[in-house]
Amino acid sequence: MIVFHEVSKQYDGLTALADINLEIGDSEFVFLTGKSGAGKSTLLKMIIREEQPTSGKVFVDDLEISSLPSSYIPKLRRKVATIFQDFKLLPQRTVFENVAFPLEILGLDDPQIKKTVGEILKLVSLEEKLDNFPYQLSGGEAQRTAIARAMVLRPEIILADEPTGNLDSGSAWEVMQLLAKLNSLGTTVVMATHNTDIFSSLPHRTLIMDEGRIRDEGKQTKASAKPKKK
Amino acid sequence: MNNLPRLLKVSFQRITRNPYNAFAAIFVMFLTFFISGLVVLVTVSSNQVLGFFESRPQVTAFLKDGTTSDKIKEIQDRLNKTEIVSKTKYISKEEALEIYKARFSSEPLLTEFVTAEILPASIEVSTYKLADLSSVAEILRSDSSVDEVIFERDIVETLQAWVKAIRNIGSAVVVFLVITSFLITLIVVGLNISLHKDEIEIMKLVGAGAWYVRTPFIFEGVFYGLFSALLASLVLLGLFLWMLPVLQSTFVDIPIFHNKVQTFGLVLAGEVLVGSVIGIVGSLVATRKYLNV
Repeated sequence: MIVFHEVSKQYDGLTALADINLEIGDSEFVFLTGKSGAGKSTLLKMIIREEQPTSGKVFVDDLEISSLPSSYIPKLRRKVATIFQDFKLLPQRTVFENVAFPLEILGLDDPQIKKTVGEILKLVSLEEKLDNFPYQLSGGEAQRTAIARAMVLRPEIILADEPTGNLDSGSAWEVMQLLAKLNSLGTTVVMATHNTDIFSSLPHRTLIMDEGRIRDEGKQTKASAKPKKK
Repeated sequence: MNNLPRLLKVSFQRITRNPYNAFAAIFVMFLTFFISGLVVLVTVSSNQVLGFFESRPQVTAFLKDGTTSDKIKEIQDRLNKTEIVSKTKYISKEEALEIYKARFSSEPLLTEFVTAEILPASIEVSTYKLADLSSVAEILRSDSSVDEVIFERDIVETLQAWVKAIRNIGSAVVVFLVITSFLITLIVVGLNISLHKDEIEIMKLVGAGAWYVRTPFIFEGVFYGLFSALLASLVLLGLFLWMLPVLQSTFVDIPIFHNKVQTFGLVLAGEVLVGSVIGIVGSLVATRKYLNV
């Protein structure tokens, strides 16, 4: 569960987030939408402690994020994976190596890595591209690689910051299908997006942000209203 | 431990992908270790030359022909009583001939017509301190049986001055070069950190810990230090082996580098140790300063 308790964030007098109170249950799928600069990305960054609140507290399960020792942050980021609009793939590593990277960090041996990465790449339909470098991939393929990398440690939460922002509509829907699949397997997904077509056509909880505040809460599915336990 | 070969591989890739940075670091560090090694070897050999002159009979008194053995014994006793003399040795005409023949054994023309008769007998006198040579020389000169006195005070004093100068200037140059090497390691590793800024950012976002990010950069610094030290030691060894015949013919009687293997072993071990320390400290400082993990 993710909890924001009276969280505010200011940069040099400018308010990025103002008095946010929010609960996101286990296995929920939540859209964050709003204009550029509304505070969507800042909110996501606070969950993985890329940003610290000026005031208030952020919790992931029982962990209070802002008071975590910095040595615990890598562990947090393995529990909460992130997908970005610009994919953030390691350019000098192949698809296989990019997806294998989080497993390497954990110190898994090569046969284990090969097996796990093979399974994940099959799931995102990239088993034919495993030796390709990021510059040899289409936008959709690059984003699916990024999703595979996020999935590989089987995180409890996936944060997606405009994951379809650089994609054509076909690729965008492929990415959404993958995220939906992950959610159906029990992963909490929090996705920031501008794409009206996507969030308006899917039955998930939608938080509309404006000037650092959650102005409105859109539709809510049965699943998101009553978070299911894994 | 599973990650060690992986991190070594990452480090190696980063070095080979930025060969000019690596070349700059290795070149400067090679120069440091080459000159440091040279200073050490020159200092060691100068000390050996100095030691040789200090330990060999330092005053030689050539005796007039016909000096009796009683007179010789009297001179030796008088010298031994002064307590500044460590050793006296009488060299007879026959022994002088043997020494002469041994020294010029490769040049028969010089030995062919020399007989014991034309060589003087002598007394070789060693002192505990270099400063006492003059007193001993005075005692010997005052004796009527002594024909001529020679001693190597000037050689020893000049050598001492040279060894001191080599040691001081060499140490200053080595300190300067070690500091330069440390700074070069810091700059090159820092530059590589800047070049991999995006990669480091991604590594952190997918859960890499501080040491996972840092370690390849530390390996990089260690590689520069170790590789340069080994290379410099090998070049020094090659240079020494190439010059050995010339050195041996120049310093005929002086046993410079009589412990060649030990001396080179120590130079190699010292350079590898200093190289590793410069690499580790330089890259650690660079990661502390430029790597925000």
